[in-house]
Amino acid sequence: MKYSYFPGCSLKGLGRSYEESLLPVMKHLGVELAELDDWNCCGATAYMSVDEGKAAVLAARNLAIAEKAGPEDLMTPCSACYLVLNKTQHNIADYPEINETVRRALGSAKLAYNGTVKVRHPLDMLINDIGLDVIKEKVVRPLKGLKVAPYYGCQVVRPYATFDDAWNPTTMDRLLATLGAEVVPYPLKTKCCGGSLTGTVPEAGLRLTYILLKEAVRRGADVIATVCPLCQFNLDAYHDQIEQRWGPARVATVYFSQLMGLAFGLAPEQLGLKRNFIPMKPLPAQQPAQKISV
Amino acid sequence: MMRVNRTIKYEGDRVRGVGKEIMSVSGCERLQSCIQCGTCSGTCPLSIYMDFSPRQVMALVRADFKNEVLRSHTVWLCASCYACTTECPRQIRITDIMYALKQRAIQEGIYPKRFPIPVLAKEFYEMVRSQGRITEMLLVMKLFYKTDWLAALSSWRLGIGMMRTGRFELRPEHIERRAELAGMLDSAGNGAAKPKETA
Repeated sequence: MKYSYFPGCSLKGLGRSYEESLLPVMKHLGVELAELDDWNCCGATAYMSVDEGKAAVLAARNLAIAEKAGPEDLMTPCSACYLVLNKTQHNIADYPEINETVRRALGSAKLAYNGTVKVRHPLDMLINDIGLDVIKEKVVRPLKGLKVAPYYGCQVVRPYATFDDAWNPTTMDRLLATLGAEVVPYPLKTKCCGGSLTGTVPEAGLRLTYILLKEAVRRGADVIATVCPLCQFNLDAYHDQIEQRWGPARVATVYFSQLMGLAFGLAPEQLGLKRNFIPMKPLPAQQPAQKISV
Repeated sequence: MMRVNRTIKYEGDRVRGVGKEIMSVSGCERLQSCIQCGTCSGTCPLSIYMDFSPRQVMALVRADFKNEVLRSHTVWLCASCYACTTECPRQIRITDIMYALKQRAIQEGIYPKRFPIPVLAKEFYEMVRSQGRITEMLLVMKLFYKTDWLAALSSWRLGIGMMRTGRFELRPEHIERRAELAGMLDSAGNGAAKPKETA
């Protein structure tokens, strides 16, 4: 199975353990990934706050490069990138004036986009292309007894996702259960983590993060599983400030791909787990993990 | 002296035509059909911190209260979680209306000085235009410099933590064809929908 791959800035920066774990996991499942040539920032929420036309151009350059590279679907792991690329697809199709702005800008660089790229989230690929039965076969070290709170955040399911529900998504729940983990009920699974407000307006942003952590603790979770670099950072990096304001809510937050890697028997040091502020407790030793090359 | 504030608006406080201009921005068309049910405010995780609730912002925009809306904190507190957009019974894309208002406020320079959110948006915008990619730590440093450098000092533990976990990176990331990207952005002019100033 082949896909092109749009990492986005976070997976090369603060969220690098997402890429560090996702690539070996996908390789282990026989998925071939080709990173997009000279991809640029998707624009995230910030570009749309400044200039709508330029935001569309920015995202469309990536779509044009992906279309030129081949017919493969575009794996987009970061929630913000996933939203922005999908939104741009919709805007190009729905608004002639945006389409015209994009066409002119791409033309100036001898690029064009005909709207054929499918932007796919890894969860979507894992459930609908690869399949849970195939994933189950690869599990050599079931996450037995590990209580996981599945946290999806907002932008991966709202408003453009077609592969899961906007309020009660279940793809990651099913994936984690396949890995042998105990999925705890987590009704806040799509509540906002505060996004960049944790840095800009901590009183408001950190409160949202705290609510998520507290609820996971209350539900008895050993770990929170997430799909988004910004969610992971917010839930992981601000514990000291949160403790100062509202008291402790200590629980580790990791990417679903890191849990997959552990269940597949990949070595923890290959999965970026050492990058956590709040480390996940090691799984009880069962069998030696195998090393694979990336 | 006793300072008094007028709490009821006059007809003359409105800026005629602004509501229509916002509704002409892509994605904002359906604002006219708002029934003021308040579902947006109820579903918004940040409305408890807002000076005007999302429902009030919808009413104010439609009624041309430009200055009240652009000066409010509400648009900047929107974290783009799209809860309101998904829930609105009239299919109004409220998140997109918030974006249109942010764009308008930045164009007109109407926002509290040193208020970090629009500064972050602008710094992000500039970094992508020149480098093609974001180096998150550099962006945060710039934000501190432009808003509140004392805040950088109080965040020292966060910085140490990032170094310890190998996530602190100040080497600028950039794409190969930077000139190509800058040219493309320039050719996009000043946005797809740029409303004209009305009196």
